[in-house]
Amino acid sequence: MEPLMAVVIGILYATAIYMMLRRSIVKLVIGLMLLSNAANLLIFTSAGMTRGAPPLIPEGASEPLRQVADPLPQALVLTAIVIAFGVLSFAVVLIRRAYEIVKADDLDKMKDTDT
Amino acid sequence: MQLAVLGGFVLAAFAPLLHRWFGERAGLVMAILPAGLALWLFGQLPSVVAGDTLVFEYAWMPGLDITLTFLLDGLSLLFALLISVIGVFVLVYAGGYLKGHQDLARFHVVLVAFMMSMLGLVLADNLVAMFVFWELTSITSYLLIGFNHNDPEARKSALQGLFVTVGGGMALMAGLVMLANAGNSWSLQELITRGDALRQHELYLPMLLCLLGGAFTKSAQFPFHFWLPNAMAAPTPVSAYLHSATMVKAGIYLMARLHPALGGTESWTLILSLFGALTMVTGAFLALRHTGIKQVLAYSTVMALGTLTMLLGIGTQEALIAFATFLLAHSLYKGALFMVAGILDHETGTKDIAAMGGLRKAMPITMVCAVVAALSLGGIIPMLGFIGKELMLESVLHAERLNGLLLMMSLAAAIMTMAAAAIVALRPFFGSWKDTPRSPHEGPVSMLAGPATLATLSLLFGLLPSWVSPLVMATASSVEGSAVDSYLALWHGVNLPLILSLISLAVGLLIYRHWERWRDWQGRLDPILNRGPEACYFLLMNLIVVVSEWQTRMLQNGYIRNYLVMTLLVLVGLTSHALVYRHDLVLDVSLDVRAHEALVAGLMVAGAVTACIMRSRLASVAAVGTMGFCIALTFVLFSAPDLGITQMLVETLTVILLILVLFRLPRFATLSTPLERVRDVVVALATGGLITVLILAVISGEQLPSISDYMVANSVPEGHGHNIVNVILVDFRALDTLGEIFVLALAAIGVYAMLRFHADEYDAAKQRLPHEEYLDG
Repeated sequence: MEPLMAVVIGILYATAIYMMLRRSIVKLVIGLMLLSNAANLLIFTSAGMTRGAPPLIPEGASEPLRQVADPLPQALVLTAIVIAFGVLSFAVVLIRRAYEIVKADDLDKMKDTDT
Repeated sequence: MQLAVLGGFVLAAFAPLLHRWFGERAGLVMAILPAGLALWLFGQLPSVVAGDTLVFEYAWMPGLDITLTFLLDGLSLLFALLISVIGVFVLVYAGGYLKGHQDLARFHVVLVAFMMSMLGLVLADNLVAMFVFWELTSITSYLLIGFNHNDPEARKSALQGLFVTVGGGMALMAGLVMLANAGNSWSLQELITRGDALRQHELYLPMLLCLLGGAFTKSAQFPFHFWLPNAMAAPTPVSAYLHSATMVKAGIYLMARLHPALGGTESWTLILSLFGALTMVTGAFLALRHTGIKQVLAYSTVMALGTLTMLLGIGTQEALIAFATFLLAHSLYKGALFMVAGILDHETGTKDIAAMGGLRKAMPITMVCAVVAALSLGGIIPMLGFIGKELMLESVLHAERLNGLLLMMSLAAAIMTMAAAAIVALRPFFGSWKDTPRSPHEGPVSMLAGPATLATLSLLFGLLPSWVSPLVMATASSVEGSAVDSYLALWHGVNLPLILSLISLAVGLLIYRHWERWRDWQGRLDPILNRGPEACYFLLMNLIVVVSEWQTRMLQNGYIRNYLVMTLLVLVGLTSHALVYRHDLVLDVSLDVRAHEALVAGLMVAGAVTACIMRSRLASVAAVGTMGFCIALTFVLFSAPDLGITQMLVETLTVILLILVLFRLPRFATLSTPLERVRDVVVALATGGLITVLILAVISGEQLPSISDYMVANSVPEGHGHNIVNVILVDFRALDTLGEIFVLALAAIGVYAMLRFHADEYDAAKQRLPHEEYLDG
């Protein structure tokens, strides 16, 4: 599965970068969303993907009964998902404010600090 | 010893305080330190003359082989004595020259710091320590030249001096590193005993050129001679000290110090004697072109520095004795003459020799000092300068290479120097009286003490050469690398050097008589001379400005996409290079995919691509949402239920937020040209491809043992939780989670604040302030 995911993640990165290179600020934000998702998948995939073995320990046992998926990358990705959401909501509100003031969805019109 | 020098830096820091306590006499108080050092150095004279090398060990950074060990042999003793003795007089003199100047305290800070850097430079045994002191002299010299910082000319000259000397410092550093590697030591003491190995080293020539690059720039050798006369923008005490007696001799010191290690080869002899002779003639020639008294003296200093370099190049024992004598003689008379120039400038209000005349009645003591010092400069019996010049001519006569050429150049330089000496000493004091901006009278005692003492010493040492003979021989011995047994004498009998001296005296005086006509004739060469090295310097400076403007426009253009493109291209370029050339790339592409997984992956790609090409915001957001839910499914399919749940929740919230907030925004407009889009697609695909290759390389490569085994094993015993991911988040990596909570809280506060502040309030605020240009359209 990992080679397929590698290709998928590559495509996600490509789309994210394409969107971040647009002049439209909304597209920039969409690019950011794609990028954070792609990065999460990257971490998840690099650690190896395991089917049907969640890192859970049954009641009464002190260790998993069989080999489980690596829990550490999962914890990292979990943190990253939530942080990405925080950053995204801040960015989205920021561009809404920017749009109210500049009245344009164009990064090139936001080059002056006065406006 | 180290304590005295380092203490001097502390003293420099306290100079403003001393000014508060002692007022105008602070300079005198500070002069106690160099005076004490000078006395102590005199105390070491007997043992150094006896041929001992005194070593003062002091470890600085032992782990890096850097010491602050000081070395006292003939060469460093002569330099240290000159620095501290002339330093005393300059401190006293500056008190008179800059009397009442508001920045006198600042002046003392830098001057004393300079003095100590210079002492450290000539005493240091370790190459790194020497280099540090070397650069410190450049910096303090910069501050002193630009002391009158309100004068744009002074600032320009200071910067020029700094650029030239620090540029040379770069070369010097490279040279020192090569030297230390070739000689396998950072200690000068050890390096000078390894001369044979160094001279045969394959890096000998580059090493020599780099070291000479440093020495030539510092000591104003052709073609770097132009900065020294410009440095005359400094207050005269500074010129007397830095630009005649001490700092400019740092390069000479370096060459003399390395003579036993590197000298004696074909390239050493040719480079040093040719450039030295060229500098000598250039300096003497240009000295006659100017009428500013400090300019004339500065060019004659260039002449002297050239002579010293040439003598080091010739390198015979005779030449080295001449070197030591000339060095001492030059420091004495040039210090005296600069101080005389300062008195003239201070008392008459002009620096132009042509504007002065008949001052002998007004300032008799100054006149005597000037004439005595100038006799030494011109090399007339019975001054120390005479002995130096005789020895110089004799060693040139006996030089092994190029002696005919060098002799002619030396004679020409001697003639013109004679004329320059006469101009400086006779013009202002004799002839008819000329009115000057200030009515002249004798300078104060503080200003006369220095020139009087130094001029007397020039005379005394000339009459009684046996007094300085031991020190001169000890210096020559350190430069030679083995003991030199000889003595100085005033009278060598009637020989060729004496005849040449007489010729130079006669022709020099002839030029002096017809100085005006000589200058007119020389002025015709100006169009050629103006295209000299200084023009190249300005060309280079302008080029730097043009190039930086261009590259700033290229790189710092304010468009985020250009920064991104540049960063990504560099990333892709460097990483793929490393992947291809440094890494045995093994890509494992064995596919083990089930149909439903492939479907989810395909949907993910479709969502992302659709988000890119849709023209409506809502469609784009929906496509991104589809992709997000597919990712959540992937998490669930591959043993990460927690991630799946979180992703699902966050994705739902994100879509709702985006739709609510972006509702009011317009449809996407086409803002970029097709060409730009092609460029972006290429960059994006390149980066994406790189990421794919990287992941494949990671998963096919060798995996290091994971630290999560510990967490799996201790989740229940230590963390009392059965969901290992949760235990990691709230227990093993709890601080991370705390930080995450802070980030979210901050984002929430920001979102709240921005939603509260509405645009109409902004407009209202704008209307309340109609005069302010809030918006520019």
